[in-house]
Amino acid sequence: MAKGVKPRVKVPKTAAAGETITIKTLISHKMETGRRKDGDGNVIPRSIINRFTCEFNGENVVDVNMEPAISVNPYFQFEATVPEAGEFVFTWYDDDGSVYEKKKSIKIA
Amino acid sequence: MNFTRRETMAVSGAALVASVLPIKLMASTTDLISGITGGKEASGDGINLTAPEIAENGNTVPISIDAPGAVAITVLAAGNPTPGVAKFNFGAGSGSQSCTTRIRLAGTQDVIAVAEMADGSFSAAHQTVKVTIGGCGG
Repeated sequence: MAKGVKPRVKVPKTAAAGETITIKTLISHKMETGRRKDGDGNVIPRSIINRFTCEFNGENVVDVNMEPAISVNPYFQFEATVPEAGEFVFTWYDDDGSVYEKKKSIKIA
Repeated sequence: MNFTRRETMAVSGAALVASVLPIKLMASTTDLISGITGGKEASGDGINLTAPEIAENGNTVPISIDAPGAVAITVLAAGNPTPGVAKFNFGAGSGSQSCTTRIRLAGTQDVIAVAEMADGSFSAAHQTVKVTIGGCGG
């Protein structure tokens, strides 16, 4: 597991039924491209998060395939519709096989 | 001047690499778009790509894409060592087919977004971003 990986997600606590809400996600990750070299001229191996998914009550909201051209600390902002109260599950997949998960529940106001 | 076979091969090989290299480094925008669409014509309607005109730091360039009715959006950077940036697949729970993220750009180049619509057609948009400091290291 890469060091210092910390997922952060911003989801409103409540929403009206059927409302479209904006979700912001950020995960601290160095996103090493595999093209940089260290002081001795050795290539630093690639280490990125290659996939990010967001699901609401088991239904896919967004599924992103990522390449090394995504910046450090990958940030995503997108929208989701909330038909009922439930739980958002955010999952990040690392190159080294690690999976980072974060859950946020939302209530209907 | 007489060349041995080995020398001739080496020289012509080098010439071949030199002639192919610029094309490889700067894949053209239209080629990249048709690579995604599988040769189909991509219209310019129904997709909105927002990127800064000038990015001081190529390490984090904020972009947002909005394509109502799209099932997937592919983002490409024509001048990067590897043109692929990301592919967004939108599911049934998505509120709108839009997304904002931050990308790396190696230098001044075209950023391309190709949206695949629900009916199988494609829309593409591209914008040139001037980069002062490139963001791909080494």
